[in-house]
Amino acid sequence: MKTITIDPITRLEGHGKISIFLNDEGNVENAYLQVPELRGFERFCEGRRAEDLPIITTRICGVCPVAHHMAGAKALDAAFNVEPTETAKKLRELMYCGYFIYDHILHFYFLGAPDFVVGPDAPPAERNILGVIQKVGLDIAKEVIKHRAYGQKITGILGGRPTHPVSACLPGGIAKALSKEDRQEIEKMVRSCVEFAKFSLKLFSDVVLKNIDYVNLIKSEPYTLRTYYMGTVDKNNKVNFYDGKVRVVDPEGKEFVKFAPSEYLDVIEEHVEPWTYVKLPYLKRIGWKGLVAGSDSGVYRVGPLGRLNASEGMATPIAQKEYDRMYKTLGGKPVHATLAFHWARLIELMYATERALELVTDKEITNTDIKNKPGKPSEGVGIVEAARGTLIHHYKLDEKALAKKVNLVVATTHNAPGICMSIKNAAKGLIRNGKVSDGLLNMVEMAFRAYDPCFACATHFAIGNMPMEVRIYDDEKRLLKAIRK
Amino acid sequence: MEKLKFAFYWAASCGGCEIAVLDINEKVLDVVAKADIVFWPVAIDIKYKDVEAMPDKYIDVCFFNGAIRTEEQEHMAKLLRKKSKVLVAFGSCACDGCVVGLANLWNKKTVFERAYFETPSTKNPNQVTPKTSVKVKEGELKLPEFFDTVKTLAQTVDVDYFLSGCPPPIPCIIQAVEAIFNNKLPPKGSSLLPNKSICDECPREKKDRKLTEIKRIYEIEDDLKTCFWDQGVVCMGPATRAGCGAQCPNVNIPCTGCDGPGPRVIDQGAAIMSALASIATDPSVIDQIVDPIGTFYKYSLAHSILRRKVIK
Repeated sequence: MKTITIDPITRLEGHGKISIFLNDEGNVENAYLQVPELRGFERFCEGRRAEDLPIITTRICGVCPVAHHMAGAKALDAAFNVEPTETAKKLRELMYCGYFIYDHILHFYFLGAPDFVVGPDAPPAERNILGVIQKVGLDIAKEVIKHRAYGQKITGILGGRPTHPVSACLPGGIAKALSKEDRQEIEKMVRSCVEFAKFSLKLFSDVVLKNIDYVNLIKSEPYTLRTYYMGTVDKNNKVNFYDGKVRVVDPEGKEFVKFAPSEYLDVIEEHVEPWTYVKLPYLKRIGWKGLVAGSDSGVYRVGPLGRLNASEGMATPIAQKEYDRMYKTLGGKPVHATLAFHWARLIELMYATERALELVTDKEITNTDIKNKPGKPSEGVGIVEAARGTLIHHYKLDEKALAKKVNLVVATTHNAPGICMSIKNAAKGLIRNGKVSDGLLNMVEMAFRAYDPCFACATHFAIGNMPMEVRIYDDEKRLLKAIRK
Repeated sequence: MEKLKFAFYWAASCGGCEIAVLDINEKVLDVVAKADIVFWPVAIDIKYKDVEAMPDKYIDVCFFNGAIRTEEQEHMAKLLRKKSKVLVAFGSCACDGCVVGLANLWNKKTVFERAYFETPSTKNPNQVTPKTSVKVKEGELKLPEFFDTVKTLAQTVDVDYFLSGCPPPIPCIIQAVEAIFNNKLPPKGSSLLPNKSICDECPREKKDRKLTEIKRIYEIEDDLKTCFWDQGVVCMGPATRAGCGAQCPNVNIPCTGCDGPGPRVIDQGAAIMSALASIATDPSVIDQIVDPIGTFYKYSLAHSILRRKVIK
């Protein structure tokens, strides 16, 4: 049997590793995504002060620290049995919109755009952010840098620091009110971000949707995966990043379950495999059936497409219009096309900017009632939507408000089974009877990065071009071929 | 003038240090104009063997972030030390071990037990744990070994400069790069953060500092202007190096110490305990401290005199 291992050039340790196995006929038997790292947060958070948990857990990820901070803040609200004031909720959500703005811009332009703007068939050396700049021009590149920085700055003003914010570690509130000057500054940045989000959608429309080959690629079988979907929704079942109930729909788009954060253990279980440090979650009621798709398998997907599929729309007008357009273009709900994650991400960027504008122009946003008094420490679950999907923090506190037990189900973890299957599907289309097409790398990479997996956050930066190598061995482990980019 | 050669590497870290490099924004263009980046695994397609093939001291400055917790990371630290004229420990993980260093209160076995057996969402009736080598039905899969103890970069190799912080403060990154370009680096072994403490940057007013009672940040009615210690709240400012501009106190949260030990401080936790003891009015105040390790050594346990808990 042949083994193909795709390693990012870093030898990959720390950031994900893909192994593809061929059967004796030389066709794809299975694909494994391995996450070769564990840092043990669930253990070393034990014994820590409650208020430190939303600060320590941000260090799980330097790309999405705000998500951990906010899931932690909400877990503390629940554990101390206190509801934040309306102003505090708005400030937290505004900070959260800032995070979505920078994260979604980063992913789309540095990772997604090279595939579409430069083109999936372009030489690897051009399929990166520099290639994007060449295609769209330096002026637009500057806009990308500017608006990503705006997102960071908004988070910085409200959270104290853009990476690893601290201000929402108070159960029942936030530590700093928004000054009139800062509000004005944020409004200016947000207005600019709204326009930039519109521009990004138009760019996607012009470059991708007007190209029938790209649309067909999105809809093609190797990039299709029929699974359940999960995402947080408001009371009208519209997408919400910060608050609400978590809704799961089946592969037909029908509501499967809708649950409050405190009920997550009734819905989700995690399976352990010896070949990866990451656990594999599934819907408890259906059970773990292995890495298979369809309604009989408990595998579900989260993140931008997961959220849009699990919801009944967007709560802001421009995003809603684009939401309708996506489902119309791709043949109704739910969309199982993995590459549609990119489009969904831009629709969410639109929503994040529109929602941020609503919040920053809210007459009460500069109110100073930012804290409610916490009750006695007990147990609580906090759920938010991280850019990459549903994020769950579960804290059990003792009477001194020290952490007794901590459980974390992180966004990319939910998608780990789906990513494995998407890779397998993409590989299947390109490996026939032992012949490996040179296009394999591109295809596998595209399947992989549509999810924006966080353990590969390396690929967020610089050239947005995940270095990979595929090694193909024959039955006697002799190296037959190495494809490198 | 010949361009300088820079290298970046990340070991056990969260990616926030890489984001901090991006956050220098348009200044990145200045850096690229004056330096070639010869190794940056997250961005540039150069393999380890290419680094191995470089002559010794080929790299002018290597910025190394992340703690050391696997054999491979240790190997890379040694390799990059050999290939670099100047090695900078970049960020809290490389300098002090950061929060992942708190895992030194446990070991691999107990970390695994929590993650794979005890967590309430985990269903693992056969008590499976990840293995370094696994035979699946299609073949063999390998994972790197997970070590018991987290180490800092300086516990692994000789380090020239320390640019601490979680992540390092952006102005300090810019200053450090300018110092490199202008050949104005301080003596070897120096911190590239300012030689003062967070208190020197904090706008809060210090009063009599008589500590009669210890409170938690969420328990006080913060007056928004008085030193946290005067309000009975533990703040790591006095034992912590400046550089960030007191970002956390600026949003009314006490310093948690991420910039690492202050000037002339060997052990950040010992320094803050000494400060605390000098202002406590009664020994009973000390009894009110909860989680001293997590509070005083949140970012520096691996670097401290304590280093780790002995587990028998």
